[in-house]
Amino acid sequence: MDGYIIGTIIKAILVLAIISALAGFGTYIERKILAFMQRRLGPTHVGPYGLLQIAADGIKLFTKEDFIPQGANRIIFMVAPIITAATAFIALAAVPLFPEFEIFGIKVQPIVSDLNIGLLFVIAMMGLGLYGPLLAGMAQDNKWGLIGSARTAIQFLSYEVVTGLSLLAPVMMVGSLSLIDFNNYQAGGIGNWIVWSQPVAFILFLISGFAETNRTPFDLLEHEAEIISGYATEYSGMRWGMFFIGEYTNMITIGFLASLVFLGGFNPMGFIPGGIAIILKVSFLFFLMLWVRASWPHVRPDQLMWLCWKVLMPIAVINILITGIVLMV
Amino acid sequence: MEAIAFYVFAVLITALFLVTVFSKNALYAMSSLAAGMVLISGIFFVLGADFLGAVQLVVYSGAVMALYAFGMMFFDATKDVKEKNPSAKTIFLLSGASAVILVVIFSAPQIGRNIKALVTGTPGADNPHVIGEVLFTKYLIPFEVAAVMLLVAMIAGIILAGKKMDVSLSESEDDLVDEASELKEQK
Repeated sequence: MDGYIIGTIIKAILVLAIISALAGFGTYIERKILAFMQRRLGPTHVGPYGLLQIAADGIKLFTKEDFIPQGANRIIFMVAPIITAATAFIALAAVPLFPEFEIFGIKVQPIVSDLNIGLLFVIAMMGLGLYGPLLAGMAQDNKWGLIGSARTAIQFLSYEVVTGLSLLAPVMMVGSLSLIDFNNYQAGGIGNWIVWSQPVAFILFLISGFAETNRTPFDLLEHEAEIISGYATEYSGMRWGMFFIGEYTNMITIGFLASLVFLGGFNPMGFIPGGIAIILKVSFLFFLMLWVRASWPHVRPDQLMWLCWKVLMPIAVINILITGIVLMV
Repeated sequence: MEAIAFYVFAVLITALFLVTVFSKNALYAMSSLAAGMVLISGIFFVLGADFLGAVQLVVYSGAVMALYAFGMMFFDATKDVKEKNPSAKTIFLLSGASAVILVVIFSAPQIGRNIKALVTGTPGADNPHVIGEVLFTKYLIPFEVAAVMLLVAMIAGIILAGKKMDVSLSESEDDLVDEASELKEQK
């Protein structure tokens, strides 16, 4: 029992440290890839290839004045960024990151908490992440913030429906909500990946994943040309940084979910061992998010709602219906 | 271990809901209610009802409270709410009723000692499976009736809200928008 508790604490600290470091590194990768796609250079001045830019940004974030506007509700204003970061990391707790491995003769399962409803828990926790922007916008006594938080509520609630419905079809096929069962279901090699039998669900999940992580075609929550910076208008320094870390952590979580549910998870791919295979898949999905950001302009709010309720949701329901009929016959 | 978790959750939930009731600031009330809803799912997890815990997170904290929050945006959330003073009779009745409820709550463990589970489910099956089994066999009709009721509520909501829904305000010309808003004001 003691060993279990200590092991869980070690795992939680490792996940927190590694993923938040990756989130910082993600900003560098994002700037470099965007620059490459737009024929610019990106960060070059600090360190080799601009690699130390992350450190420079970090120092700037940590040392900036922690500013709270006069009319704001102090407590809620201070708590809101923590909610975003915390829910993003709690969601990762139920995601199996790698295959089992042995270290110092102890078998390690690289998942913080192996719930038998892992998938539902991750979706629920990512859904709770909407309280961060929502409360931030309402507490800061700023009209742009309020519009930003209104957009948060609409966008996250609507696209949660599509995420849930698109994941329902694979859940029906596997017959379990545990992410480890999803992984084992696809153990037979590339031909067994669920993406081949559920391509529609995969595309729907990616689109709604982009919307839930606030990525560019759907980044209406903080679109600077329209609403300054939305819910983050009055934030500075580390509190703004926490929103940022939460967003990047959610991107990584969506990457892990998509690769576990649709792309064969951490099963070995030919000569590539499972642990490296899932890192490759998540990196590709991360790259895909940046690629889409470089290629597409963002949509209008009414187009966003039209896409969700009139296009994606009916397709998702029809997909579930067809899956059900095929499973029954 | 479980006892510690239960008492931590119980104290926190009670404290948060007390903040909801006593706070004059609408934003505090709403955030503490949402946080309490999240912590209630913690009690489900302690009981081993993982599925219900996650559903509590999705439905109450994720959807219902977010809709409350959406309604709150039409008020100035940073200012205190002025409370009206209702008559002394109402306060007398309400405080009496809450005293009775408190007595019932404290005596509930004594009454509940002999309660047995109505449905036991297949032994060995995990949480979502058992719930599915019970919902689709023993409680099928209440489940379907609830679904029909939700459908009715949804259609009623669409009819109430959707009087001008065939006209898209963002795509029409400016004078058309003015006309539509004037029509709304007349109603």
